[in-house]
Amino acid sequence: MTGRLLSVSLAGATVVLVVIGTIWPSKSAAAYASGEQFTGSASTPEAAVRIVGEQIRAQAWDAAYSRLANKAEFTEDEFRSDLTSAYPDLRTYATLSSFEVQPLHASNTDAEVRFKMQWSTVVGPSRDTRDLHVVKSDGKWQVEWPIQKAPVVPPQVIPVNYLRWDVINRTAGDDWGAQDVEAPHVRIVDMHPLQRAEGLVLMGEVINEDVIPAYVSVTATLLSKDQKPIGTEGSFDQISHQLLPKQITPFLIRFPNVSLSDVESVRMTPFSTLISASADPVIEIENERLNPAPDASLTGQLTNQSGQIANVAHVLGTFYDQSGQVVWVGDEYVDHALLPQTPVSFNIHIPEDLARKISSERAVVATYSFGGAD
Amino acid sequence: MKVGVPFLVACLASGVACRSQDTNLHLPKRIEAGSAFSVLCEGTGKGTLYIVGPSEFIKREIQLGEATSFPAGALFNAGRYSVWLDSAGSSAAGSIDVVPVSKASDLTFIAKPSRLQVALRDGITGTAYVFDAYGNLITEQMEVSFELSNPTAGTQIRRVQTRNGVAWTQLDSTPREGKDQFVARIGDIFSKRVVFQVPGEPCSLKMSATPSGGKIQLVTEPVRDCSGNVVPDGTVVTFTELNRDTKSTVDVPLKKGVAMVEMPANRGATISVASGVVLGNQIRWEQ
Repeated sequence: MTGRLLSVSLAGATVVLVVIGTIWPSKSAAAYASGEQFTGSASTPEAAVRIVGEQIRAQAWDAAYSRLANKAEFTEDEFRSDLTSAYPDLRTYATLSSFEVQPLHASNTDAEVRFKMQWSTVVGPSRDTRDLHVVKSDGKWQVEWPIQKAPVVPPQVIPVNYLRWDVINRTAGDDWGAQDVEAPHVRIVDMHPLQRAEGLVLMGEVINEDVIPAYVSVTATLLSKDQKPIGTEGSFDQISHQLLPKQITPFLIRFPNVSLSDVESVRMTPFSTLISASADPVIEIENERLNPAPDASLTGQLTNQSGQIANVAHVLGTFYDQSGQVVWVGDEYVDHALLPQTPVSFNIHIPEDLARKISSERAVVATYSFGGAD
Repeated sequence: MKVGVPFLVACLASGVACRSQDTNLHLPKRIEAGSAFSVLCEGTGKGTLYIVGPSEFIKREIQLGEATSFPAGALFNAGRYSVWLDSAGSSAAGSIDVVPVSKASDLTFIAKPSRLQVALRDGITGTAYVFDAYGNLITEQMEVSFELSNPTAGTQIRRVQTRNGVAWTQLDSTPREGKDQFVARIGDIFSKRVVFQVPGEPCSLKMSATPSGGKIQLVTEPVRDCSGNVVPDGTVVTFTELNRDTKSTVDVPLKKGVAMVEMPANRGATISVASGVVLGNQIRWEQ
């Protein structure tokens, strides 16, 4: 009897919730369902931007495109490529997780609104800010989208002296005395601990001293005063894992909630192994500039000097004080593919409290190509 | 049999040869691995002979008073073998030492490292283990010859006596790069390894600059180490251009011995070149 009552109650509650959800849907649910909530007319410039933002978040490209005031200037495909990239890269597989709308200026007929988008990518959040011009026509506000058309690389042949290393390791059938190929020789050339509010950070640099490419990573173990391990952490992605001969990468290892005063010594373990690798693409880092606080950052542009498209680029910046000691390591994933000879900007944030100590920097780029050899 | 089994267990447990009071067992004290031998047990009647050794076990029904032959290859693992005879009412025990064949048939050669920089003192280590045809380590002293040959730098030879079956040596890497043949030899048996001697750090790094359209083309001279070896392709050379408060850098791998890149042509810019921790020359661009 009790079971029957429970099942009837659950069925009733389900029906009631379905009816409530249908009559008064949440904003995001309505957007995903292309409901009326975000297709009505906007009474303010901010509302017009918000509606377009929700439609972008719902990936309702046709609905967002149809609301734009300047859609005659570009196609829907170009609008979509502007937001999700024409070439496969981090943005291709990203979704708009949130956005902010800030009014900059407004009159009766037009307005300027800052539209800050936060995309969720496979390597973390990626931010993009656009200043939108919003115009009033026929009594409703419409967004003029500042299209950034994807650069088109003209058809051409780019000759490349392709340089590549392949590895043949020993096999299980070899005699036990048979030699294997030596692992690459790498060395930590600098290491420095830093106490931050969130915990202890270890930074440094690793060089590949060998004549072959290396896959590298660095692990650190903190030891207490009685020589007991406090914790072990690795550099994860705050390192350029592939190092060509004589190439140097910074690394950064985080130990959350650990105090430097508890640490007696650190055991660093660089790891290296052979990998098949290619020497291309070559990426130039142009116009590197250290911007002071507030909003301290390292900015610049990446230019792919090779013919192969680099789908994902990871920029690592090493920041030094006047004595040449590493004071910070920052990084940023560039969410647009690097096309040949097409500059793409990057911006590495520098913590405000460290910005004053920094007098020089060095940037390196790690690239990944989809479907290519490496 | 009543006497035999506890007797055999006791002998196995104690690890010593046991001898019964009324049966004599005539065994060879020492034989070479794989050679034929025979065993004679005094007495009359039948018995069971057990031979237990490293990785081998033989059980044979024998006639007491007659020699029992074992063919070549019956015992081939070197070591001490325990022998027991079990017959009605009596038992006997002894041991046979099987030693490696004195002729080397195989050589296991460990050479390290497989890759190292040129001109390193005692940088190469070779260790040889000498085995007979049955895979037994030959512990008798023998002479092993180690030869490291480079097509341009000649051959280094070391002759080393084995100790307990092992011989080892250290050799210098040569000043010339290349794939050296590292051979360990004993008689007509040899084992070959390849030691790849690679150039060291770039010794002198020098670039030149020429205008190229609106840019500067930078090219290094062929990059060599301090022994004159060409630094291998793929080695990264870093070009850095400092122009007032901005900087441009590019990591370029050597290709065909040189690194080449185009960078922005900024009047008054200072361009430097480096590879790893080695610095090259600087150019100030005034055009």
